[in-house]
Amino acid sequence: MSTLVYINSNDGLAKNALEAVTYGKKLGADVTVVTTGGADESTLASLGEYGASKVMVDRSVTTNDPGQIANVVKAAADATGASTIVFSHDFIAKAAAPRVSVKLKAGLVSGAIGVPEGNKVKVNVFSGKAFGFVEVNTATKIISLLPNSFQPEAGGSACGVEEFNGNAGEAAIKVIETKKPEGDIPLPEAELVVSAGRGLKGPENWGMIEELASELGAATACSRPVADIGWRPHHEHVGQTGVAIRPNLYIAAGISGAIQHLAGVNGSKVIVVVNTDAEAPFFKAADYGIVGDAFEVIPRLTEAVKKFKAAN
Amino acid sequence: MKILVCISKSPDTTSKIAFTDGDTKFDENGVQYIVNPYDEWYALVRALELKEAGGGSVSIITVGTAADDAVIRKALAIGADEAVRIDAAPTDAYYTAMQIAEYAKSNGFDLVMTGKETINYNGSQVGGMIAEGMDVPFVSLASRLEVNGSTATLDTEIVGGIQTVEVSLPAVVSCAKGMAEQRIPNMRGIMAARTKPLNVVAPADIDALTSFTSYALPPAKSECKMIDPENMDELVALLHNEAKVI
Ligand SMILES: Cc1cc2nc3c(=O)[nH]c(=O)nc-3n(C[C@H](O)[C@H](O)[C@H](O)COP(=O)(O)OP(=O)(O)OC[C@H]3O[C@@H](n4cnc5c(N)ncnc54)[C@H](O)[C@@H]3O)c2cc1C
Repeated sequence: MSTLVYINSNDGLAKNALEAVTYGKKLGADVTVVTTGGADESTLASLGEYGASKVMVDRSVTTNDPGQIANVVKAAADATGASTIVFSHDFIAKAAAPRVSVKLKAGLVSGAIGVPEGNKVKVNVFSGKAFGFVEVNTATKIISLLPNSFQPEAGGSACGVEEFNGNAGEAAIKVIETKKPEGDIPLPEAELVVSAGRGLKGPENWGMIEELASELGAATACSRPVADIGWRPHHEHVGQTGVAIRPNLYIAAGISGAIQHLAGVNGSKVIVVVNTDAEAPFFKAADYGIVGDAFEVIPRLTEAVKKFKAAN
Repeated sequence: MKILVCISKSPDTTSKIAFTDGDTKFDENGVQYIVNPYDEWYALVRALELKEAGGGSVSIITVGTAADDAVIRKALAIGADEAVRIDAAPTDAYYTAMQIAEYAKSNGFDLVMTGKETINYNGSQVGGMIAEGMDVPFVSLASRLEVNGSTATLDTEIVGGIQTVEVSLPAVVSCAKGMAEQRIPNMRGIMAARTKPLNVVAPADIDALTSFTSYALPPAKSECKMIDPENMDELVALLHNEAKVI
């Protein structure tokens, strides 16, 4: 019995990578990490603190090519005889884990939010409106862990790092260009999110949302109509047909709280709603509610956060 | 160009989510099925745009029983040329994907398109599995797709940004927001859909790898605490001391 955790280390170690290793450790068996990417040896060795007993790195894979990553994971699974393979359910796992599942004929559970009980793994279904329990019928299981559902836990010590040739083969996907807006906090990983909807009346009014977000160190998000009319970029659209997020704090201003919007955000730990309409459905899903005009409340909240940060 | 678009049914987004038979089955009572929005708004509409611009054909495929024909007709009304239904209950993502891969391999498609996930199971599994089954490249979470001869150029979502990539066809692409604009079927489309070919194909012999054994609803939210709009210091204090999120 052993566990293999795939993480991507192209841009160093992201929080969701540490979550996946911590989760791997919780499964109880010996944990080997297999990674592709350019992180240096001491960075990779630090994964031992989260529970890895060994890291295997294939540096021949320099992009996120899911075909190459799947080959490397399969080779590592064959080499370690792993009975469970763990991914973090991010954009890389969404492309590579299904390929590994077919290669190994091993059942894939995606969006896991709990450790397996026997053969059953708890997952999010119906866009966060319910949980499901998935049974894997194969000897090897693949679990893709929903980001932000387990916190990384350090405690162990650094582990060994081995260079590994996973016979990745040629990349099928050629990268032409990568655009990452400077300074923005990626929404799917954000712990704090400030979001706004049609109640803000126009794109020119988003300054106060961005200010509050930057004061908190939060990412920004929006409702679907706001992205559809082009007030905000598509990648900020949260909900059933946008990004599903589960931050620690979700602040929603001028969003009515339609069922499709709630589906993407009801995994948030704490929800704050600002709405002029005391009857807005969002209040039913909120922890803290403010009946008021976002144009007054949001700047006031930003000031209060500033004051708090200065005092702490 | 021959395009195959994978269509799944999903409950209407306003459906009440409930379970029956000791929480082992989704309660379909009163539930309206729609075409999964990602499949319809993004994959199917972009496929139709590519056909309109460059010729070829658009087929839709679903793994399902005769009960799903109504949802297939809805997709045909948006504008595909023909539909294929693999006549079996889609027991898991692997089973579904392998059925589609078998069909796609023996019918020579240049491009297979899926939505990025279904809104009921949210697995994001089928597209990648089809690609592996066909042994072709898979580009996931694409928000733009252009085809030039046998090369496709795509924008894909990555953490904190967008990556532009190129891939040779045939390939499988999963489609996300930005790819196309939703189309509302018109009367002509709805009439035409009634007579478009819907080919029912016997399933291949494949075993599912996973199964859903039960479901649960999340615990109800506790009462919402109302805060004076004049007093944002109080909210910040609560977020810090009570909720412990800042
Ligand atoms: C199939 C389908 C899928 C969908 N998927 C999604 C999805 O993924 N995500 C999503 O968000 N929506 C989705 N929708 C749309 C959803 O049904 C709602 O229409 C949408 O969420 C409403 O957006 P909104 O709250 O910004 O706007 P509105 O519903 O117009 O609400 C605006 C709110 O702002 C309040 N307001 C106005 N002025 C102020 C002010 N000055 N200060 C404070 N509050 C103010 C109003 O009281 C109101 O509650 C989907 C719909 C369908 C049919």
